[in-house]
Amino acid sequence: MLAVRDLTICVGPAAKAVDIVSAVTFSIDKGEVLGLVGESGSGKSLTSLAIMGLLPTPGPRVRAGRIELDGSDVTALQPWQRVEAGAGRLAMIFQEPMTSLNPVLRIGDQIEEAVRVHDGTSGRLARERVRELLDMVRIPDAAVQLAAFPHQLSGGMRQRVMIAIALACRPQVLIADEPTTALDVTIQVQILGLLRELCDRLDMAMLFITHDLGVIAQLVDRVAVMYGGRVVEAADVGELFGAPSHHYTRALMDCMPAPSRQRRLRPIPGQAPRPGTITAGCVFAPRCVAARDVCREALPPQIRISERHEALCAFPLGSGRSP
Amino acid sequence: MNGRGTALLLAPFTARPIAMIGLSVLLAMVVAALFAPLLAPYDPYALDPAIRLTPPNALHWFGTDQYGRDTLSRAIYSARMALLIGAGVVSFAMATGVPIGVLSALFPRLGHVLMRAVDVLMAFPSLLLALGLIVILGPSVANSIIAIGAAYLTTTSRIIYGLTLRLRAETYVEAARSMGARTPWLITRHILPNLVSPLLVQASFVFAFAQLGAASLDFLGLGASPDIPSWGNMLAESRTFITRAPWLLFFPGMMIVLTAFSLNLVGDALRDRLDPRFREMFGGEG
Amino acid sequence: MWSYALKRGGATAVTLVAASVVIFAFIHLVPGDPIYILLGDTATPDQIDALRRQLGLDQPIIVQYLRWAGHALSGDLGRSIFFQAPVLSVIADGVETSTLLASMTMIWVLLIGVPIGTIAAMRHGSWLDQCLSGAAMLMASVPTFWVGLYLILVFAAWLGWLPSSGYPSIFEGGIANLRYLILPSLTLAAPNAALILRLTRASMLDVSREDYVRTARAKGIRPWQVVRRHILRNALLTIVSAFGFTFAALLSEAVVTETVFALPGIGRLVVQSILRRDYPVIQGVILVVVVLYLAINLVVDLSYRLLDPRVELQ
Repeated sequence: MLAVRDLTICVGPAAKAVDIVSAVTFSIDKGEVLGLVGESGSGKSLTSLAIMGLLPTPGPRVRAGRIELDGSDVTALQPWQRVEAGAGRLAMIFQEPMTSLNPVLRIGDQIEEAVRVHDGTSGRLARERVRELLDMVRIPDAAVQLAAFPHQLSGGMRQRVMIAIALACRPQVLIADEPTTALDVTIQVQILGLLRELCDRLDMAMLFITHDLGVIAQLVDRVAVMYGGRVVEAADVGELFGAPSHHYTRALMDCMPAPSRQRRLRPIPGQAPRPGTITAGCVFAPRCVAARDVCREALPPQIRISERHEALCAFPLGSGRSP
Repeated sequence: MNGRGTALLLAPFTARPIAMIGLSVLLAMVVAALFAPLLAPYDPYALDPAIRLTPPNALHWFGTDQYGRDTLSRAIYSARMALLIGAGVVSFAMATGVPIGVLSALFPRLGHVLMRAVDVLMAFPSLLLALGLIVILGPSVANSIIAIGAAYLTTTSRIIYGLTLRLRAETYVEAARSMGARTPWLITRHILPNLVSPLLVQASFVFAFAQLGAASLDFLGLGASPDIPSWGNMLAESRTFITRAPWLLFFPGMMIVLTAFSLNLVGDALRDRLDPRFREMFGGEG
Repeated sequence: MWSYALKRGGATAVTLVAASVVIFAFIHLVPGDPIYILLGDTATPDQIDALRRQLGLDQPIIVQYLRWAGHALSGDLGRSIFFQAPVLSVIADGVETSTLLASMTMIWVLLIGVPIGTIAAMRHGSWLDQCLSGAAMLMASVPTFWVGLYLILVFAAWLGWLPSSGYPSIFEGGIANLRYLILPSLTLAAPNAALILRLTRASMLDVSREDYVRTARAKGIRPWQVVRRHILRNALLTIVSAFGFTFAALLSEAVVTETVFALPGIGRLVVQSILRRDYPVIQGVILVVVVLYLAINLVVDLSYRLLDPRVELQ
């Protein structure tokens, strides 16, 4: 459905360009939910913007790699070009529902705008479709809400509006970039439930980006862990939580509080690397408890742990090769 | 100054070649002003009716005016007036605007009164305010400085007020206050050092506008006395000869444009290097 | 909204009162006895005594101010020494020219500043953007009267296309007389268009970084539609608020431009009155301009609020 191959994003003037996302590769099947996990600065948001064709100009740009939606190459295309090329069934919702809607346009107009682009309809037909979308995201009182301005709605409602806008293109894949981070916990649960339900009902795939492993555990089918601009481990959710292979994944889990287990949280020593500071070897080596000289010299191999589990590590956990 | 300090100071300009050109033009102006007697080929006051209104030629590069005076020499000497007015206006605006802004931000009650007064002053369009002051004070170089400076007192104090309010809310200033730092200490140690770069930006813009303001006053005959060489005076005197000797107005006008443009370039380059939180006080980006 | 309008109107009124005190003080700050200033040098002692009593100059200063302010409110701004006529009627003679000049200038400013600023912002960082921004900065660095003089040289003296000075009223010579204002308005427009251009560019860039613009692009709307419906619309809120400042700059710079083009407007009246030592006229013009300026700023500020739907909650 969606395939990302060796996606590399760099910033800075051509001569001094620094890669901030390196050779990211993953794919999402029909109806599958993939979680992309990482700390801030790991490159997960840039990756999602690149997939959406929304990298800001001037700014970071795709240096190498390929993004395919349903078989067609959309790497260099912006959303409007994708719509023209017939590959526009990809949508995205963002972290900040507060600022993601235009403050001077009514909600109804903002949804209708998306409907018109993708259905080519206007007038009564378009308004009917807008109503349908509002029902899908469970916004009550449609008439009132459509005439409202964004500031008159709560954060949860605004995120529902954003989802409605996203659904207007009947997406094959929905990208959700930390859609609940800015919301209250109770609202978070509702929005996550809604997203999962929509995926199942519409047979829609989702790329869910978050830094929260707890959310991942509840929501997704597969997980890709990003660190320092690279995908360091990818596996089905059960396998990843049951037997993580990469030392970073392990460390990340040790930072997560778990009420069932009475143990101390272990922070990861050191700091996440600034882009471009680590040019050789494994990006996690400086903070890794198992790092050896070879880790700092050569990029570790992509190791296949099982059929659906890969890790970018020379000495993966539980392989017997650990020091 | 050591090498690293110089490099740091020049950083905004090395990154942008056009700003470097602006800086060079300004340096040339300063040199022209300082060494005018050495650089000027003729006495700027020497009359020679025999060669009045000659077009630019090998002897008189910028031509001669209606009294046969050498335009190039007068233009070089005028750089002195330009620097004097610019420096004067900047000093006046800073000497008044900085204390008003800083004190208003630190003492809210005083600030309420002072900033209201600034609002009142801002109700007068700048050139009209300058003209009103000239009427009261009489036309002269010093009074031109005060009259133009008054218009930039308002913008400077507003900017400084806004910046100081922000600085005051910074954690480290709060911390210093909670530890009992006295106001003078706070101002000299924490506030003023942080105002230096924004003030530099403001100074370049004010310097540029002062050139245009002074030129206008001179042109209206309400600035420097007509016998003093200044670009504005040169334009005012040659105005009636524009059809017969168009070059007479070209060179002095070009000098004003060059100076103001260079200052704006430098100001822009400095502003883009400012802390982003401060940058928005100067509106937008370059 | 209404409580805000009242508050803002109140603040403007307070500023106006304070400004009027400054303007009133003006005549007392001018060196010399106000009586001689008001009557000129040729006054007889009888006239002086009469005026002193008439103006109440023997009264306390506060009473004098209140009398002056009262007269000003009823439209009596004193008498011009030069014209021997009421100041208000002298000023009124210049209003037609000044208003038409300002309006024509604002049209140029809008036609040049907003579209070119938009193009520069859309091509942010390109050579086109750098050229346009550089040109704008250059235009803002040029003395208006210098441009005016060369426009006269080229279009009036050399080509003979347009008149170089004066302005006969359109009520007497017909609408064609507007051609007298083309060169002056272009002269005045240059620096102000540069200002609006830079502001348009900057606020469009600001808005284009907003999250909702990214949302609009994500919908698959064409770039031009994103600019028109989402960026320009929000950026205009800022641009509108700059019109007040631009207009104030116009009132000020018109002083020089009207002198260059010998236009019978308020600006040249000020300069001539300064040279004629006609202080009541100077005082009157400053008062009128300040009232206009404050009023424009109030209207702009309130309309800005009306345009922004978020306001009703605040």
